[in-house]
Amino acid sequence: MDKSIEVHNLTVSYHSKPVLWDVDFTLPKGKIIGIVGPNGSGKTTMLKTIMGLLDADSGYTEIFGQPLDKVRERVSYVPQRESVDWDFPADVMDVVLMGRYRKNNLFKRITKEDRRIATEALEKVNLLEFAHRQISQLSGGQQQRVFIARSLAQQADIYLMDEPFVGVDAATEDAILKLLRDMKNEGKTVVIVHHDLQTANEYFDWIVLLNTRLVAAGPKEEVFTKELLQEAYGGRLTVLSKLGDIIGSTEFPLREPEFKEDKPEE
Amino acid sequence: MDPIFLKVVVGTTLLASSSAVVGTFSYLKGQSLVGDAIAHALLPGVVLAFMLGDGKNPAYLILGALVSGLIAHYGIAFIQNRTKLKSDTAVSLVLSTFFGFGIMLMSVVQQRGQGQQAGLERYLLGKAAAITMLDVYTFSALALVLLLGVALFYKGFQLMTFNEDFAHAIGLPVGLIRVTFTVLTVLAVTIGIQTVGVVLMAALLITPAAAARAWTKSLPQMIVLAAVFSAISAVLGTLISSAITKMPTGPWIVIILGLIGFTSLFIAPEKGWLFKRKRALENRSKINRENIMKLMYRQEEKRGKGNKLTSPQILSIRAMRDEALRVGLKDLKKRLWIIEHIDGFTLTDLGRMEGRRVVRLHRLWELYLTERLGMAPDHIHPQAETMEHVITPEIEALLIKELGMPQRDPHKSLIPYENE
Repeated sequence: MDKSIEVHNLTVSYHSKPVLWDVDFTLPKGKIIGIVGPNGSGKTTMLKTIMGLLDADSGYTEIFGQPLDKVRERVSYVPQRESVDWDFPADVMDVVLMGRYRKNNLFKRITKEDRRIATEALEKVNLLEFAHRQISQLSGGQQQRVFIARSLAQQADIYLMDEPFVGVDAATEDAILKLLRDMKNEGKTVVIVHHDLQTANEYFDWIVLLNTRLVAAGPKEEVFTKELLQEAYGGRLTVLSKLGDIIGSTEFPLREPEFKEDKPEE
Repeated sequence: MDPIFLKVVVGTTLLASSSAVVGTFSYLKGQSLVGDAIAHALLPGVVLAFMLGDGKNPAYLILGALVSGLIAHYGIAFIQNRTKLKSDTAVSLVLSTFFGFGIMLMSVVQQRGQGQQAGLERYLLGKAAAITMLDVYTFSALALVLLLGVALFYKGFQLMTFNEDFAHAIGLPVGLIRVTFTVLTVLAVTIGIQTVGVVLMAALLITPAAAARAWTKSLPQMIVLAAVFSAISAVLGTLISSAITKMPTGPWIVIILGLIGFTSLFIAPEKGWLFKRKRALENRSKINRENIMKLMYRQEEKRGKGNKLTSPQILSIRAMRDEALRVGLKDLKKRLWIIEHIDGFTLTDLGRMEGRRVVRLHRLWELYLTERLGMAPDHIHPQAETMEHVITPEIEALLIKELGMPQRDPHKSLIPYENE
């Protein structure tokens, strides 16, 4: 299997309380992959850790067999729509152009080429006519499409999207789905955090079922079984969550960050 | 022109506009109070620099202020990250502690009887009139650094303010961007407090941005406008304070800035109070108008086309204020929706169309509520009373399509369409 993302024995915590516990999986290339689980199961944390926005307590992640920093320009990230203030003074084009920002052009002006790529990205999400609309005047679905256009403008090989289907209208949902399939046909990998079981089966080729720990990961036919879904969605794991509370309240240190599976402990 | 006056004008204008440029980003980040905290926190650094070095050289004092401001800034960040305190608590904690320490150091200086006290006091309340030529050069250099810094880091600051996680994710040097922004803020505050003092500094950072935001939706425009507002305030403030003897410059600048700010919030398009007030009035008269048309149309339904209604008759059917009815009828006459006869009002064809439209929306919505939302027919009337004024032609079309061009509402009344 051609690997896109590898997650090795990952443990991550918020305020010393573990949100992800010893999660380990490998994802294929060129598929639409869903990270699925109930609320508070650590899906967003997973994505943020892969993107280097959160530090792991132990374990590590790799993309295309390399640490994130080596392949950053091949990776695109779509944060949750609610994570930004849409009242910010910018129009749609301004935001999509942010997808062209790079470490090495931070101090340079936006080029014609950047504008061309951004325009194409806007066209792909059917927002060209809104290019100069204020972002505060967009509907939820349009805002989501702006974020996806910004991500397309990055011209990456793998796309990580956090809940792109939340709060969007049916038309946007269809448009996003079509886009995802086009991307897949171009050989891109798309990883999507998604909480809705109803639609997960229809959207994704491959599913990671998460509930603080890994429940299952694999092709959807293997993962979408009654037993596994019951395991992921059927209430919290009492022992694990109690243990988490104790670790949180005593600020007990988790394993050191250097821990790697293939290295024997001292 | 008086060279002293000119010197002060140039100095204050530079200070005010460069603070406004940096302040725009603080404002957008929702960190309006951080500037205030840093301004207060500069005091101990300034006094220490004065005690250790040469009180007259602005470079020393600025260096002291910079160090002290940076410590305060990271102190706030440290408290926020390491404790469970809310950010406003962290800000006030640092602000008051540093300021208290600064005041204490100042009294030490006073007791030592060091002569150049004047140099220090201007940091507390500002003393624009005391600007020397050396100051003007220093401020010009710093203002230039600020403007260049913002120009150079524009993309970084923009993205960091809008969506820091994304900046991180695409591998921008977020740490560098953040440190640069902090240094620029501290610099802006450092030179700003020379004119308006520690206490009024927050106004110089935040007010221009808030005023500019009311007028524009573009970040570059907002930055320029904030700088222009500040420059105007600086020039006017200096003019006023030099025209009236013994008037301080800094407070005048802040007062004018405040006036610009309040005026902007008041009259600005879309977001301003005046605009909202106007829209509320327009909505009210639309509702009033539509209610009268609906009433007259329904009377025609009952008594036949061309039915005449007098004002008292209208009031007996629907309770409304006399004044509202009078204004409403006048408006309707002007629109040629009604005609006034000696013995009452009748609908014109145009008016009948409007009345029919409102009645149709009312009945469509009632049907929608019972059919789609499962509400009981005796509960739907009040809702429909509101929605009939809100539903746009597009939504009307959707409603008709979804309900399949219905003929009767839940109360069995005919739903009137055009061409019938």
